[in-house]
Amino acid sequence: MIPAFVGIPKHTFRMNRIHQKLQSDKKLFSIYFTAGYPNLNDTVKIIQALESNGVDMIEIGLPFSDPLADGPTIQASSTQALKNGMTTAILFEQLKDIRSSVSIPLVIMGYFNPILQYGVEAFCKKCEEVGIDGLILPDLPLDVYQERYEAIFKKYGLINIFLITPQTSDDRIAQIDAASEGFIYMVSSASVTGSSDGFGTVQESYFQRIEKMGLKSLQIIGFGISNSETFQQATKWAKGAIIGSAFIKYITKNGTDTIGDFVKQIIKS
Amino acid sequence: MNYNVDEKGYYGEFGGAFIPEMLYPNVENLRQQYLKVMEEPSFKAEFDLLLKNYVGRPSPLYFAKRLSEKYNTKIYLKREDLNHTGAHKVNNTIGQILMAKRLGKTRIIAETGAGQHGVATATVCALMGMECIVYMGEIDIARQAPNVARMKMLGAEVRPALSGSRTLKDATNEAIRDWINNPVDTHYIIGSAIGPHPYPDMVTRFQSIISEEIKWQLKEQEGKQNPDYVVACVGGGSNAAGTFYHFLHEEEVGIIAVEAAGKGVDSGESAATSVLGKEGIIHGCKTLLMQTPDGQITEPYSISAGLDYPGVGPMHAHLYKTGRAEFIPVTDDAAMEAGMELSKLEGIIPAIESSHAFAILKTRAFKPNDVVVINLSGRGDKDLSTYIKYFEL
Repeated sequence: MIPAFVGIPKHTFRMNRIHQKLQSDKKLFSIYFTAGYPNLNDTVKIIQALESNGVDMIEIGLPFSDPLADGPTIQASSTQALKNGMTTAILFEQLKDIRSSVSIPLVIMGYFNPILQYGVEAFCKKCEEVGIDGLILPDLPLDVYQERYEAIFKKYGLINIFLITPQTSDDRIAQIDAASEGFIYMVSSASVTGSSDGFGTVQESYFQRIEKMGLKSLQIIGFGISNSETFQQATKWAKGAIIGSAFIKYITKNGTDTIGDFVKQIIKS
Repeated sequence: MNYNVDEKGYYGEFGGAFIPEMLYPNVENLRQQYLKVMEEPSFKAEFDLLLKNYVGRPSPLYFAKRLSEKYNTKIYLKREDLNHTGAHKVNNTIGQILMAKRLGKTRIIAETGAGQHGVATATVCALMGMECIVYMGEIDIARQAPNVARMKMLGAEVRPALSGSRTLKDATNEAIRDWINNPVDTHYIIGSAIGPHPYPDMVTRFQSIISEEIKWQLKEQEGKQNPDYVVACVGGGSNAAGTFYHFLHEEEVGIIAVEAAGKGVDSGESAATSVLGKEGIIHGCKTLLMQTPDGQITEPYSISAGLDYPGVGPMHAHLYKTGRAEFIPVTDDAAMEAGMELSKLEGIIPAIESSHAFAILKTRAFKPNDVVVINLSGRGDKDLSTYIKYFEL
């Protein structure tokens, strides 16, 4: 028997890979990387290596010249990816056969301007064609999404994933929860990406506050998760955790041939 | 047609608040509070008193006799160059520091390109005894050493922006990142009429003292409140926004915005955003900006460090799109000559930003009876080294 799916509205017409993944019993390990980094054509290789080593979901970063929610590591990788010649069109070209070899959920994470220039509908259509399951667009605010773009995202079966932070009010979280159809991206602390201070009492009380709210959407924690320890801490409170900057640092130093080693050191158990 | 911001934060199709959720609480709090605070009698009284006794307002509206004779029209200069710190920027920083205090903030951050807004922010932070951190592109730090020294004397910490092109847009990114990292105690004083709503409107309102004064000053001297034209240079657009504000809905007043064409609009080295820009999102607002076909923001160029911003304030984008304002591009060479001419004819050395506004007199004909008010947004002291190099003085 198919279990009842948490948070799937009735009008979603196809089973999204994100929903399937959220149904599994295990804690989810997700990786962010910047498309086109370290080399322009590493995108598919990185995705395949991550899946084969047990990563549950991937955020593919669409590089942007001015990534204002990102710290120095992701910024530098974006700058390099753009220098390598990465564009939205090239990314779609690289991904066109990805579903013949990869079955885990793939999410594109990026800033809104490149998508606006590509054309929001054309972008969503391409996402559906290549098999993208969702989008994380930090600078596309909830109200603008709902007024102008929600219908388009849904038409192409894309789940829009919203962020919350320790400063987000309960009312706002409730609003975001209501609008969410996949998971909520829980930013661990007041910071840009790539901070590595670990989690303290501020995070614990924030995680507790969210847990007590009993949201309909599952949460996945990102920002500030850099190793096995922080991954374990985060997944005590949430369905999963996302590592970005630490992975980019790893491939900067070690290249893309030993991705499995990185993944294994996070999910040792 | 409405040229002011609407209740959702848009000027026509431009504006809005395209910000990551991390900034939402601060920006939303500011949105809810800014008009209320600005309308409080105690706020107004404190703002007005500082503008008068500290900034030196009202700034004169000066009839430029020799310039008028040369161009056979009636030219008035709004002397923002005579403000404390040498430009219009301080009108906004005074307003925003008072706003920050009322919002309970204790730490101030700002971005700066040439250093004028950085100096104006460091100045008001010194005045109020508040911590001040100014982000400035590493390249700008190297080429604007005197302003870096000024900020340090005023007690500010100048932090280099090391990412991207290491200029104004990257300094703005760094300031935004700082605000994300410090959401509780910090207020971000944006220096131009840009950024997420309510910034463009708030900055415009603080700068609108310029057009408010022009009205009564012109009435005294010409017997009428409205000139035939108001002219200002536009980078992000704060001096222009303040100069235009009270004339936006006075249809008989022509509005002229002057953009930096750098080495020529089609040279590839330009900052003429209205002509070269496409609709997009930069630093939290939808506006016209210079970008690649793929939506990557490009680096503009102008000899004037205050005009080389890749976007333009959303109010100006709307004025351009609706045709309410005439936008004229002016090259480096034309601006430099106009700066020299104003110096020789009127004894006033303008900032190179302001020189752009004067350069239109050579190409844009006015009638002998036209009253043309040009906003002289800043003084040229900071640009002496550029003038020296250009004219081999």
